Amino acid sequence: MARRLSLSARRARIAWAFMAPSVLILLAVAAYPLFRTFQLSLFRANLLDYPLRPEWVGLANYAYMVQDLYWWTSVKNTVIFTVASVSLETVLGLGVALLVNAKFPLRGMMRTAMLIPWAIPTVVSAQMWRWMYNDVYGVINDLLLRVHLIAKPVAWLADPHLVLPAIIAVDVWKTTPFMALLLLAGLQSIPEELYEAARVDGASGVQQFWFITLPLLVPALLVALIFRTLDALRVFDVIYVMSGVNPSTMSMSVYARQQLVDFGDLGYGSALSTGIFFIIALFVALYLSVLRVEVD
Amino acid sequence: MKRPGWLKVALAAVGLLAMGVPAAAKGVTVTISCGSVGKGYNFCKEGAEAWAKQTGNQVRVLASPKSTTDRLALYQQQLAAGSSEVDVYMIDVIWPGILGEFFVDLNQYIDPKVKSEFFPALIKANTVDGRLVGLPWFTDAGILYYRTDLLKKYGYTAPPKTWDELKAMAAKIQAGERKENPKFWGFVWQGAPYEGLTCDALEWIYSYGGGTIVDAQGNITVNNPKAAAALKMAKSWVNTISPPGVLAYMEEDARGVWQAGNAAFMRNWPYAYALGNSADSPIKGKFDVTVLPKASTPDGRHAATLGGWQLAVSRFSKHKKEAVSLVLYLTGFNEQKRRAIYGTYLPTRPALYQDPDVLSAAPFMGRLYDVFVNAVPRPSAQTKKKYNQVSSAFWTAVHSVLEGKASTEMALSQLERQLKRIKGSGW
Repeated sequence: MARRLSLSARRARIAWAFMAPSVLILLAVAAYPLFRTFQLSLFRANLLDYPLRPEWVGLANYAYMVQDLYWWTSVKNTVIFTVASVSLETVLGLGVALLVNAKFPLRGMMRTAMLIPWAIPTVVSAQMWRWMYNDVYGVINDLLLRVHLIAKPVAWLADPHLVLPAIIAVDVWKTTPFMALLLLAGLQSIPEELYEAARVDGASGVQQFWFITLPLLVPALLVALIFRTLDALRVFDVIYVMSGVNPSTMSMSVYARQQLVDFGDLGYGSALSTGIFFIIALFVALYLSVLRVEVD
Repeated sequence: MKRPGWLKVALAAVGLLAMGVPAAAKGVTVTISCGSVGKGYNFCKEGAEAWAKQTGNQVRVLASPKSTTDRLALYQQQLAAGSSEVDVYMIDVIWPGILGEFFVDLNQYIDPKVKSEFFPALIKANTVDGRLVGLPWFTDAGILYYRTDLLKKYGYTAPPKTWDELKAMAAKIQAGERKENPKFWGFVWQGAPYEGLTCDALEWIYSYGGGTIVDAQGNITVNNPKAAAALKMAKSWVNTISPPGVLAYMEEDARGVWQAGNAAFMRNWPYAYALGNSADSPIKGKFDVTVLPKASTPDGRHAATLGGWQLAVSRFSKHKKEAVSLVLYLTGFNEQKRRAIYGTYLPTRPALYQDPDVLSAAPFMGRLYDVFVNAVPRPSAQTKKKYNQVSSAFWTAVHSVLEGKASTEMALSQLERQLKRIKGSGW
C-alpha cells in the first residue's frame, strides 16, 4: 500500500474535516433524541410516577400499536389532511404565483400582501378561525346566510363530516402563500428568451404554459411538494387548537401527544413517535426516488 | 369613583420596584397557580394578596389554561420536571390519585382538628394511601339553570323533574322564542370531547341507574342497557333542543349562549350563578337553579357530578411552610365565606351552609345542600393514575354516539373492551 495518500483520498479526508461540525451537530440534535425515543419505546414508563420506574417490555408497545384502531384512524386523518391540503395548496399556489409573476402596477405590494396568512402564528389564526366557524355567533355562517348559500347555521366544528374539511380549508388559507412564494422563485428562473422564441413560432399562451412553463417548473414544484408534504404529515397545532383530541380529526402527532402528555405514557407515546418517524421516512424515500428520476 | 388609569400604572410601577429590592422586602414569595374560568382568577388573586398582606410575604398568581385537560397536562409537565416554580397548585377533585406523589403530605403540617372542619367525603377524596395531598377549596356539582321568566310565559309553574319534561318544555319554549329570536335554543350543555363531557354524561347515565362507568370495587360496568338509554336520550337533543355546535362547547361556550339570553335551560357548575346575576347580564334576576332532572324510569334518580378544586403544595416547593399557610388561609372559614357570597363558590365547610350571610346571597346553597353533599364522584379513586385514560376513552365513545358516528350499543361494547385493556391486571 502506498504511503502517500492518493489525491482523491486526501480530498475525501479534507471533506470529512469540513463536514465534521455539521455531522456532530446533527448527531446531537437529531440522532440522539431519535435514539432515546426508540429506546423509551421498548419500556413501560409513566411520567406520573415519582421517581420514574421504567420497566422493559420489548416490542409490546409496537404489538399494541399495530392493532390500535385510534392510531390507524389518526394515520388515515393525517394522510387525508396531507393529500387534500398539499394538492389544493399546489394548484392555488401555482395560480397565485402566475398572477404575481405577471407585470402589473403595485405588483411589489401585492407580493407582500399575499404573505400575510403565512406570517400569522398558527395558534393565533386557528383560534381566530374557530370563532369565525362558531355556529351561533360565527361570521362565516352569517355571510353564507346573507347570500342564501345555506338555509340555517352550520356547526362546522361539531359535524364529524365537516370538521376535517373545515380544518383543511384553514391550512390551505395559511399555506398557499408559502407554496406561491416557492413557485414564484421557480417561475423567475425560466429565461424570457424561451417565451420570445415561442411567440415567434406562433405558440399560444396555453401552449406556452404547457410546453415551457410547466416542464421547467417541475424541479421547483417537486421541492415545494416535498417541503409541504413533510410539514403536513407532522401537523399538530391547527388541528389541536381547532378540535382538540377528536377521532374525527386527530393527526398522528395529536394522538402521540395525548399518550405522552395527557396519559404520561412515555413508552407507548415513544412507540407512536417512532411510527410517525418511519411513515415520514417512507414519504421522503418515495419523493427522493421520484425526484432523482425527474431531475436526471 | 374610578381611579384614573395613570395612577394605577404608577402604583403598579412602585409595586414592581418594591418587589425588585430583595433586601427591603421581608418574607418570601409564594407562587400559586389558579384557574381562569369565569372570575376565578380575580377571586384567587384577591384572596392570595390578602394573605400576603396579613403575613408579610409576597404572592405571585399565575393563570392557567381554561380547559381542565390542558391544565392537567401543564401541571404534569411542570411536576415531572421537578420544577419549583409553583408552590401551590389548584387541583381538580379527580387529580389526587393522578398527581398525588408530587405533593407534600399535609398531615405533617396541619393540626388534625382542622381536617374535621371540612366535609369528610372531600377529605377522603384528597387522601391517597393515607397521605393528605390537598385541602378542599370549593366544591362543585352540576346543576340545572332555568329561565323563570320564560317558564312562566309558557305556562309552567315548576322546573322539570324528569328529562322527558325538560325536553318537552325546551322544545315548546324554543319554538315560541324562535319567532322573535332565530338564535334561540332550548338546552345548552358541555358536549366537546374533553373532561367536561365525562361529567355531563356521568350525570345522564347515573340518573338512569346506569352506574358510574367503573364501580367502587373497580369493575367495569359501563356497558349496560340503562347507560345506553341515557346516551340515546342525549343524542336525541342534538339539533332538536340543543344547537349542533354543542358538540364543540365547553363550560364558557355554553354560558356564552345562556347568558346572552339565547337558551331556556343550561347544565353548568354553580360559578355561572353569580355571573348570570352580575349588573351587565341580560338575564339578571330572570333565572334560578335546581337539581338536574332524573330519568322517567322507576329507578331514575337525580344526579350531579362531583366537581370542585383543592389546593395542594408541591413537594419541590422551596417555601413549604409559607405555602401551607397560604393554603390554610384560602381554605379558611372567612375566605370561603367571601368567595361564597361574592362568587357563589360552594364552601367545603359544612358550617358555612348555615351562615345567614351566605344563605341570603345565594339561597340555592341551602336548598341544594343535599345535592352537593350527595354528588356522584367520577371513578378517579378506583382508577388512580389511569383515570385520564378511562375518562378519555369514555368521553370519546360518548362523543362518537352524540355525533351519530357510532351506534350506542357498538360504542359501549367497544368502550368496555378498551377499558379492560387499560385496566390490564388492575388499576
